[in-house]
Amino acid sequence: MLDIKNLHVDLEAEGKAILKGVDLSVSAGSVHAIMGPNGSGKSTLSYVLAGRDGYTVTSGTATLEGADLLAMEPEERAAAGLFLAFQYPVEIPGVGNMTFLRTAVNAQRKSRGEPEMSAGEFLKVIRQKAATLNIDAEMMKRPVNVGFSGGEKKRNEILQMAMLEPRMCILDETDSGLDVDAMKLVAEGVNALRGAGRSFLVITHYQRLLDHIRPDVVHIMSDGRIVETGGPELALEVEANGYARLVEGA
Amino acid sequence: MALAQAKSDALAARLAGLALPAGGWTRPAREAALARLTAMGLPGKRDEYWRYTDPSSLNAAEVPPAALFDSAEPPPFADIPRLRLVFVDGVFDPAQSDDPATAGVEITRLAEAQGTDLHWGRELYGALEARAQSPVPRPFAALNTAFASDGVLIRATRPAVRPVSLVYLHQSEASDAILHHLVKIEAGASLTILENGPAAARFNKVLEVEVGAGGQFHHVRAQGRDHQRRAITHLFARLGEGAQFKSFTLTANGRLTRNETVIELAGEGASAHIAGAAMGDGDFLHDDTVFITHAAPGCESRQVFKKVLKNGAVGVFQGKILVRSQAQKTDGYQISQSLLLDEDSQFLAKPELEIYADDVKCSHGSTSGAIDPAALFYLRSRGLPIGQAKAFLVLAFLAEALDEIADDRLAADIRARLEGWVARHDGV
Repeated sequence: MLDIKNLHVDLEAEGKAILKGVDLSVSAGSVHAIMGPNGSGKSTLSYVLAGRDGYTVTSGTATLEGADLLAMEPEERAAAGLFLAFQYPVEIPGVGNMTFLRTAVNAQRKSRGEPEMSAGEFLKVIRQKAATLNIDAEMMKRPVNVGFSGGEKKRNEILQMAMLEPRMCILDETDSGLDVDAMKLVAEGVNALRGAGRSFLVITHYQRLLDHIRPDVVHIMSDGRIVETGGPELALEVEANGYARLVEGA
Repeated sequence: MALAQAKSDALAARLAGLALPAGGWTRPAREAALARLTAMGLPGKRDEYWRYTDPSSLNAAEVPPAALFDSAEPPPFADIPRLRLVFVDGVFDPAQSDDPATAGVEITRLAEAQGTDLHWGRELYGALEARAQSPVPRPFAALNTAFASDGVLIRATRPAVRPVSLVYLHQSEASDAILHHLVKIEAGASLTILENGPAAARFNKVLEVEVGAGGQFHHVRAQGRDHQRRAITHLFARLGEGAQFKSFTLTANGRLTRNETVIELAGEGASAHIAGAAMGDGDFLHDDTVFITHAAPGCESRQVFKKVLKNGAVGVFQGKILVRSQAQKTDGYQISQSLLLDEDSQFLAKPELEIYADDVKCSHGSTSGAIDPAALFYLRSRGLPIGQAKAFLVLAFLAEALDEIADDRLAADIRARLEGWVARHDGV
């Protein structure tokens, strides 16, 4: 599904190297987690994959089902099936949440040559999906993320993911700023989307999210590289002992 | 005070081609306006009030020609039931207009008013313009009162069923139109005025509006899309107790547009909302100059002005809220913002508050900036193509101004026009 080979990335403004040779392969239908200390490059990896400005790829490749991600515009990556749930979802005053999401769904369908979803059909589907994430109609009418609590923003990200039905989902610190109940709700939303060949890359600082979204593979990232890869037990080791042993000498 | 030579020379040149109309009962007001104009002269670039907008093309004796623009876009308000009054290059055209007698309000054409004794018109014509000449002179308005060749005088004595729609067609490349309208809304009455069209190569328009106690005035205008037209407009209003005033202006294109709005909240509990959305691409200067006087307690005023500028377009905002000492419990709000779509465009803003009462709530803000890259990336990451994502953000930026249109159908019409502009100017 997602194949990253020897990816080197600089921060454009400062010319500072952030990713220093990332190798990662996520197979169809699997859930991978990336853990690592602050500043290890986890969020940069997610932004580079989604196509945000401000980064320079100096070498390496990233492909999604064989297609060169790095050559695509952000909207093309989305249409190709990539989705990034933001750590800090952006507030957009003046754009209604529902209007935005319907436009996004239909823009993606259009670029894939699929028929657009009618307003009625869209409404039916979103109502049902919003209900399972405990998102009320009022929230759907408000401008995108404006005045949303931290938990509401994260749930809104998962709702977008559920509506857009991406093949490859990247969750960037989706647990940050959430209390236990909110985290459970978000995790249930994610788990409901598992299967059907859909893959996940879950970026998190803490192990607790992985109690709810059980990963198949756990990677530890440090100083711009994947320094260790293992099963779910690796996350438990981090929880017990911290990153010190794992990043030592990395 | 001796008038600067440049100002009196400019005035002499401008007046050379103009003759004071006989005007019947308007004649004394016209003569008084000419005296005011002669005393103040025409503005120059060095006038503080004209620092950001060069008045020379408005002063010029010769009209700068403006090519006609054949737009494929359907005219505004086409689907709104309304009484249409059509002016072609500043001359009323009865053949293209609806019968004013069916309006449910009293309508008299200014050019024919001299024969009738319209006592309310006699009291109002030029009166609000004259009051508005202090503290800041507005010479083009005085020129208008003196020389206006046409216009309509509208009096509503009860809630009007249909809006009165003033349609300004532009058919001559060198037309120089001066229109002066009066609107008198009696206590408890209400009226919506719609205005649209480029009007003329150069258009000088005054609208004087007196709203009685509990009356309501609603105004929506769409200034025409002709690229080379020039316009100087004044909207003068005086509001009685509990009166409500709402005015929204859409301006798309036009080489020079200066809209001055001068409002006096004269009765307790009156409310005035003025909003504008302007979009300019290239050779475009749009100036909103607003002066709101809170002269009675418990009044509310709200100004929301948004401009989208690209390819060297210039936006100007001069907005003042004056709160007199008796106007306690005033609630004043003013925001002026520009979205600069490139580095060539500029926004010049001068917001002012002058407050003499001690129990008031007044706020003002002015910003200019580019499209937020974080928001743009967010929309694109969800699959919106860059053009569509930018259009979303432009429309979102304008939304607060659009919200000031009270009528849903009118708001939808204006919104469609905004969307059309954004779509035509792809690659914003």
